[in-house]
Amino acid sequence: MSSDTKKVLFGPVVDNNPIALQVLGVCSALAVTSSMANALVMSVAVMLVTAFSNLFISIIRNQIPSSVRIIVQMAIIASLVIVVDQVLKAFSYQLSKELSVYIGLIITNCIVMGRAEAFAMKEKPGVSFLDGIGNGLGYGAVLMVVAFFRELFGFGTLFGAEVLPLIQNGGWYQGNGLLVLPFSSFFIIGLIIWAVRQWKPEQVEKD
Amino acid sequence: MSSNKETFGRTLGFVLVICLVCAALVSIAAVGLKPLQQANKLLDKQTKILEASGLLADAGKDIVGTYNKRVIAKMIDLKTGTIIEGDVNTFDERSDSRDSAKSTKPANDIAGLSRRADHAVVYLVKTEQGQLDTIVLPIVGSGLWDLMYGFVGLAPDLNTVKSVVYSDLKETPGLGAEVLNPKWKALWPGKKMYNEQGNIAIQIVKGGAKKGDVHGVDALSGATLTSNGVQRTLHFWLGDEGYGPFIAKFRNGGLN
Repeated sequence: MSSDTKKVLFGPVVDNNPIALQVLGVCSALAVTSSMANALVMSVAVMLVTAFSNLFISIIRNQIPSSVRIIVQMAIIASLVIVVDQVLKAFSYQLSKELSVYIGLIITNCIVMGRAEAFAMKEKPGVSFLDGIGNGLGYGAVLMVVAFFRELFGFGTLFGAEVLPLIQNGGWYQGNGLLVLPFSSFFIIGLIIWAVRQWKPEQVEKD
Repeated sequence: MSSNKETFGRTLGFVLVICLVCAALVSIAAVGLKPLQQANKLLDKQTKILEASGLLADAGKDIVGTYNKRVIAKMIDLKTGTIIEGDVNTFDERSDSRDSAKSTKPANDIAGLSRRADHAVVYLVKTEQGQLDTIVLPIVGSGLWDLMYGFVGLAPDLNTVKSVVYSDLKETPGLGAEVLNPKWKALWPGKKMYNEQGNIAIQIVKGGAKKGDVHGVDALSGATLTSNGVQRTLHFWLGDEGYGPFIAKFRNGGLN
């Protein structure tokens, strides 16, 4: 793998993370992170949508009239999201029931739109596809970390398996009521951003 | 950007092609996956009904087989309580309750439904030997945030509770959504819905039901509004505007 490919694929995980650095897609990161299983499915869904929307938009990038380019991007993204939603309903009904509206809301996830406009409109299809995968990985990484803390300390479980037995189930752990609510992700994402910027000071914005 | 890309005709043509391609993609996915989706939906419902009748552990992996062997669905008219003809598979409480021709406004709407479908599908669950074992009644009522859908399983006396199983709700995780907690579900079996005078007596008791109280179930801690919702939902559906007429007919042997 050449260093360029590596940069496109893994750059967004830490160095150019869509949530931590660009602060995009935070809305869904709040909503679906109450359990790791949900976060994983959501990450995969976003990754696929970003990758394929990048791919298709990049293929037709030279044909898209610039006056209607945003609406064309939206049509492609929306179609892909519907397909993902339908596939999920067909193959993983339980998860689709829990994620329901949030899958539909991938359409409005700024990461997808942002990558289409900023990357796929200029670059070749192959590298655009990788860029989509990379940004999906970056989004997914943050989601999984947030979900890890929320599920472990909120519900005492990881991927649904009991780790800290809750008092209401006869154990000793008192679940953290704040972490089961969506807005607690703000705190965790804030702490992640702080930690990443301590580690990589070049990400700190200049005043 | 070449100029020929921006003519009116070309832009229009391009947008049309994109629309057609996208529409085809979406249609293929929706139509092609429909059979699988419907099977999933049915499986989900059948699983909940088996859970409500306590057969889930017996059924193991064979949900559909067990369901087909042990469960008979009947459509009833809620007002008269009689069994009527109707396709139990296509009946959809949610669409019926939104259709003013197929629903009524309850006079005493304690469950917060605003409209209640005129018909309902009840599930008669039999033992291996073919004897009536459980009657599963679908219920719906407001919780804290939205309507909560579920099933209540009753023994053939239509008084002794076998289970209260919620299948679809939007309550707060960790608080109201604890109605799905197996520990809380385990409080229900053996409780009596009615007292000796035949009045609805089941109640959710804040701070914990007294030991030996056959009508009381512990409330969920931190979820008063959801607990109230469960109690009101049960009172509504067991009452005259719910399954009351059906239960009265059933007890008089009117089903056979």
